[in-house]
Amino acid sequence: MDATLKKSLQKTATQVRIGIIESIHSAKAGHPGGSLSCADILTYLYFAHMNIDPKDPKKSDRDRLVLSKGHAAPALYSVLANRGYFSTDLLLTLRKQGSILQGHPDMKYIPGVDMSSGSLGQGISCAVGMALSAKHFGESYKVYAVLGDGEIEEGQVWEAAMFAANKGLSNLTVFVDYNGLQIDGSIEEVNSAAPIDKKFDAFNWHTIIIDGHDFDQIEAALKEAEAIDKPVAIIAKTVKGKGVSYMENNVNWHGAAPNDELTAQALAELNEALKQLD
Amino acid sequence: MADIKTVATRAAFGAALVELGEKRNDFIVLDADLAAATQTGMFKKAFPERFYDCGIAEQNMVSIAAGVAATGKKVVCSSFAMFAAGRAFEQVRNSIGYPHLNVIIGATHAGISVGEDGATHQCNEDIALMRTIPGMTIINPADETEAKKAMYAAMDHDGPVYMRFGRLPVPVVFGDDYDFVIGKGVELKEGNDVTIVATGLMVNEALQAYELLKQEGISARVINIATIKPLDTEIILKAAKETGAIVTAEEHSIIGGLGSAVAECVAEEYPVPVVKLGVNDKFGHSGPAVKLLDEFGLRAVNIVEKAKKAISMKK
Repeated sequence: MDATLKKSLQKTATQVRIGIIESIHSAKAGHPGGSLSCADILTYLYFAHMNIDPKDPKKSDRDRLVLSKGHAAPALYSVLANRGYFSTDLLLTLRKQGSILQGHPDMKYIPGVDMSSGSLGQGISCAVGMALSAKHFGESYKVYAVLGDGEIEEGQVWEAAMFAANKGLSNLTVFVDYNGLQIDGSIEEVNSAAPIDKKFDAFNWHTIIIDGHDFDQIEAALKEAEAIDKPVAIIAKTVKGKGVSYMENNVNWHGAAPNDELTAQALAELNEALKQLD
Repeated sequence: MADIKTVATRAAFGAALVELGEKRNDFIVLDADLAAATQTGMFKKAFPERFYDCGIAEQNMVSIAAGVAATGKKVVCSSFAMFAAGRAFEQVRNSIGYPHLNVIIGATHAGISVGEDGATHQCNEDIALMRTIPGMTIINPADETEAKKAMYAAMDHDGPVYMRFGRLPVPVVFGDDYDFVIGKGVELKEGNDVTIVATGLMVNEALQAYELLKQEGISARVINIATIKPLDTEIILKAAKETGAIVTAEEHSIIGGLGSAVAECVAEEYPVPVVKLGVNDKFGHSGPAVKLLDEFGLRAVNIVEKAKKAISMKK
């Protein structure tokens, strides 16, 4: 990847993380860990990959994304705001009564949100439906979905996986945000779906394993996916809470907002990271 | 009676899909390995390239339908009522209902008239479940004519529609001149002593009850409510005011269905006795459909009995 683009994406992803922390702090609730872990994936998709137009959020030939792990809404909102779909000021209204920024994505009112999601396991099926629609009606757009590694314990995910392969939906690419933690503990402790890649392989998907924080690898995986005549699962190994030292790999930050002091620390770390990138 | 034409509303559903498929190609049909039973198989045969079988995975099918609709295309998804409304309830609520997407859910084999398959497949709860979803339109056609016309209307409707069809062939009570409008009840018989509000296959029973009551000198009004949500409160309240007593009749649990909808409406706006006839908070069981309707008290004679009770309760 071009070094300038890479640096620009790294800066953007850091801004996105700042938006995640600020919005969750303002909401006094939300899911920082899993938002921070998928921030790089979403940043790459919206800033370097997808055919979208923030000025025309509903253009019919746009690529679609379903945030199947809907609790990572702060990451999607921060990406959309930074991309210009709406003002970054709006991020501070996250989860507040009267705000369009619902606790989980709402396609009716939030510019850029292609599908309402939040009830785990349903988003991938909706993405499959979008991919089926594109294929059936001869439209060329691509469909992306981002799933959690805990989410794939839902049986519906595998119903969707079976169908997508059976119907040859090569216009569908799914990321699994493999951060290793879910609310009740590590995925191994709770009910591990590992080996995730072999499961998608067995469902007749093409599977790619990457570091979900490495833009070169995200880019290469998406390039590889485009040439494959099957649905593609990109198993992205990530760090839950990535970018905020005290949140990294700590399950307690799955669904808790930082207080003022910890927010200040998180923002200091992220601003320092931004400075390092200059 | 032998010359009365009987057609299952599920067959009308299948036939309507084929007719609609001939007129427009902007929709697809999904089923979950029950195409032969739901009758989407008729559409599959006519337009194989526009039909997608999701296999035995109703929850996935419902969310897929939502995804198709989210791209601006029309979609019909079909399974038995038990699985479409029951098993996939949360998918219907969150994937389709919450974003208010244009999906038609073609739910067949509703009620105990499923017959021999027994209680696991006899869904008497679907109307209750679907009524709780904001913005959901629920249509329970009485016969072939109404089922077809309702499918045409549903295809042009903005928002999700739950279409409820039956397995048992039932008499065709409406002619081609019958006018179906979503949300509008239809007064089939004039009357002043009591009103029978019926839906689905109970509409034909209500018409027979009208004759039986007439023989006893009781003047019953008969109203067909195909659209259970949004309920035509105007026609219900008019009946409450003019006849002072109501009987509801449905092949569904007495909890949460048409009877509940009517009782809620009347209790809040113009209280009069409302006596409900339906499946009385019981599971069904195996048996020939027509005998189950006798056993569970879903017949004209049962409506007559409830009508007399309602009249006796008038103040």
